[in-house]
Amino acid sequence: MKKFLPWILVAVFAAWVLSTLREKPQAGFHTREFGKLPVLLGGRIQPLDSVARNTLLQIRERQSVGPMGATAWLMETMMNPGAADKLDIFRIDNLELRNALQVPAKQEYYSFHQIEPHLDDISKQAQRFNDIPDADRSAYQRELLKLDNALEIDQRLKLSLCPPGTADFAGQLAAYERALPTGLAAAQARNAGKTYDQTAFNRLLDFLAGYDTLAQYAYPLVVPPAPDAKSRADWQNIGKSLMAVARGQDLPPAVKDYAAMTTAYNRNQPAAFNQALDDYRHWLGRWFAPETRHAAREFFFNQFQPFYKAIVIYVTAFLLAVLALLTFALAPKLSETLRRSAFWLVLLGGLIHTFGLLFRMWLEGRPPVTNLYSSAIFIGWGCVVLGLVLERVFAVGLGSAVASFAGFVTLVIAHNLSMDGDTMEMLRAVLDTNFWLATHVVVVTLGYASTFMAGLLGVAYILLGLFTPLLKYKSGDLELGKVLAKMAYGIVCFAALFSFTGTVLGGIWADQSWGRFWGWDPKENGALLIVLWNAAILHARWGGMVRERGLMNMVIFGNIVTSWSWFGVNMLGIGLHSYGFMAAAFWWLLAFVASQAAVILLGLLPQTLWRSFRAGAPAVPKTAISGAALPS
Amino acid sequence: MPLERLIKFFTSLRLTVVLLVLSMVLVFAGTLGEVEMGLYKAQTDFFRSFIVFWQPPGAHWRIPVFPGGYFLGLTLLLNLIAAHLSRFKLTRKKIGLWVIHAGLILLILGQLSTDLFAVDSQMHLRDGQTKNYSQSERVDELAVTDVTDKKLETVVAIPEPLLARQGEIRNARLPFAVRVKQFYANSMLSTNAAPGFARVTADAGLGSDDLWWRPVPRETATDRRDAPSALVQIVTPQGPLGTWLVSDWLEQPQTFTTPGGRTYQLQLRPARFYLPFSLTLLKFHHDVYEGTDIPKNYSSLVTLDNPASGEHRKVLIHMNDPLRYDGRTFYQASFDTDNEGTILQVVKNPGWLAPYLACGLIATGMVVQFLSHLVPFLRKRRAA
Repeated sequence: MKKFLPWILVAVFAAWVLSTLREKPQAGFHTREFGKLPVLLGGRIQPLDSVARNTLLQIRERQSVGPMGATAWLMETMMNPGAADKLDIFRIDNLELRNALQVPAKQEYYSFHQIEPHLDDISKQAQRFNDIPDADRSAYQRELLKLDNALEIDQRLKLSLCPPGTADFAGQLAAYERALPTGLAAAQARNAGKTYDQTAFNRLLDFLAGYDTLAQYAYPLVVPPAPDAKSRADWQNIGKSLMAVARGQDLPPAVKDYAAMTTAYNRNQPAAFNQALDDYRHWLGRWFAPETRHAAREFFFNQFQPFYKAIVIYVTAFLLAVLALLTFALAPKLSETLRRSAFWLVLLGGLIHTFGLLFRMWLEGRPPVTNLYSSAIFIGWGCVVLGLVLERVFAVGLGSAVASFAGFVTLVIAHNLSMDGDTMEMLRAVLDTNFWLATHVVVVTLGYASTFMAGLLGVAYILLGLFTPLLKYKSGDLELGKVLAKMAYGIVCFAALFSFTGTVLGGIWADQSWGRFWGWDPKENGALLIVLWNAAILHARWGGMVRERGLMNMVIFGNIVTSWSWFGVNMLGIGLHSYGFMAAAFWWLLAFVASQAAVILLGLLPQTLWRSFRAGAPAVPKTAISGAALPS
Repeated sequence: MPLERLIKFFTSLRLTVVLLVLSMVLVFAGTLGEVEMGLYKAQTDFFRSFIVFWQPPGAHWRIPVFPGGYFLGLTLLLNLIAAHLSRFKLTRKKIGLWVIHAGLILLILGQLSTDLFAVDSQMHLRDGQTKNYSQSERVDELAVTDVTDKKLETVVAIPEPLLARQGEIRNARLPFAVRVKQFYANSMLSTNAAPGFARVTADAGLGSDDLWWRPVPRETATDRRDAPSALVQIVTPQGPLGTWLVSDWLEQPQTFTTPGGRTYQLQLRPARFYLPFSLTLLKFHHDVYEGTDIPKNYSSLVTLDNPASGEHRKVLIHMNDPLRYDGRTFYQASFDTDNEGTILQVVKNPGWLAPYLACGLIATGMVVQFLSHLVPFLRKRRAA
């Protein structure tokens, strides 16, 4: 049993991961196929499923509305806005705001209906708060602005498919087409100053008024350009397409099919809905095959959720690795089984993590790091790879523990960063260069990853040394404490190399695009701090100014330096690199810095107080395994 | 021996670590300073200085509190060179380290030369406009232009620092003296007696109309510039001609005629750097992603005309792709809000190659160092 435990665990998790890949047949409305339809939003082709998920993340901080999936919610919102008004989709955390809106304080999510009486008030306040610099806004003001933004997106979604107050869009569309000839004739006669058919003219105006609203507010652009159009990127919203019909252009098939879907949805006729959906997909397949394939790939990626799966596996692996360390002396054989299980699980998690990373790169056509969100994913990935390598070299469970911990934490950070909306947003002009993203950004992010990795090893050293006797235990010829010190030193060498090279490459990019190699921009200063600190650690060690414990305390301080450069600098809100102020993240950053400072203080306690080093520490058990020589 | 101790001090690794840590403190404090006082001032105070001073709010005195960027950079340089000269032997095993450190020295020296010699300016072009000069982003000049001859204008440009001294300025090419009666490095003008504003006491030109002015604190942010103003009197051998208000706020030059019958124009304007060639903006483009206002690219299509070489060609300057010509580099820096004009950053930096060479050296050094450890290691393994 013990021999097979690693394989059983890996098999169970792999089966879980693979099982989610299978698409179950869908009865009723074909929500899934609807979610795959390509639209243009934020300058890029994406499936409606992504529109739904990213919007929900922004307004509800979840990817679903209770049991209702994201796409199902989007369909309700776009096709039956009246019913969608009753769904609890607006997340409001601020108690003051809940009071001001006179909504029950115990709820977490609120419906449009509940907020509706205060719409005017909200938009008036939002206008005022918008003039206040971001950094000076109170929690209430920030939350109200967030709600105002959420309400706007929600309104725009409701005006994306069908004109306000229309349940039978297909019927209305047919009526519009019938009313066009007489209406247009009346309009021409009116312009020429002749007598004209007032009723026909007014009728046309009524239609156009509704379409004009759509044209102004629609959120995603759902109508592809005509197949013979000059630019394939020239997507339109339904309102604009319908107005263009009055100017003599053809009615795009997409409008007709979306109208049929809307009517069928409101009449609860799944068969008719699915038929219209199929018709549209058929048309797309003929004229917009690449866009449709791209959207379907992104849909798959959304469904698969590789990073969520990696998180679950990393947590399990971390627990196993910690157990392996704790049982190191008590039950060496069990410990070894646990250690191997942890290693193979980290490897599995790492593979899924890698798959997600590569798939995102493929979807975006970009190097791995394009924004703060993807930097978190990549830092985690770098730490996991380094940890796995360490585990191969020193098979004592420490590499796996640190790797799974770093992977887990960075992916959770990434998840929280994804609340801002689309994580695959288009890149602003100066960043639109794959060459520099692939060199400077990748290398400097690896510098962050390795500095964090060294820091984590330092934390492990101090916690294990203070509270357990482990550091004195031998693995092969080396005590675990020495093993940790070797690991940390090696990683610091890497960190110095990467952060230096990355920083210099950044300077060259700046010279190429702004005309100066170095401009003392806060982000550049942040990178420089990491380089200086890594250089200081190495020189301090070479000069014999620090030994094992000093080195560990120094690498932990590296965590503080790196977190400053990664997040702290962005919170300053100035300079060419800044991503904007993040209030909530600021408190997390402070907490992290405080925790690292606390570990350093612990590390400064006299070693007579350390369990690993105090007099009378239990003798090294003879049964301790010789890890370094063991095959993993 | 004090000399030996001095050498020991300057060659020690301990000094390296101390300097690195002090540099970190400086960089961190400087970053915070950038938020407080703006990028430009913080850079001058923290990084382009030997000593960082602290000035209590409202006080006129200041006390030195920390070594500045120049001090730390130069001491690190000294430490590096001294350590190499005394401790390092040029052995095959150490050659990589030598090359890496040589690259570092070049990097520091290159930055020092950039700091000392690089000239930054901007060229603002509207669609269709041609210019053969760029303008300083921070410093003004008083241009005194002889426009008597319609075909040939002669300009005498008086630099801002000279104006700031507020004395009499004479130039052999001017038949009069320019007497600076008052100078504000940054100022505001008003057409009414707003609080804090004083009446401009000019008796000629625009300032003789109802105008009020007042000094304001210098700008410290990188993207804002001072708007200086001054009262200048033109004094001919026959006596004073009058006192003019010149100001960066006034866009048109003011004209006067000397008793000798020559006509001159006076204008306080951003200092100009003339180029031996000209650029004409054909079209500025501001592309956005479809259906959004996210900028995709900024580009300026210009024609370059060099009368000396007879060169005449079109060039597209866009993000991450500047024009390098005649020792200068032209970058797409900004644009007019109506999208019909461009602002190019013009950099003349004789040391621009230094960081590239330095990086090449450091990279080579790292490879050599790596191989010099790897090769013997592999040989040992093969022998075993």
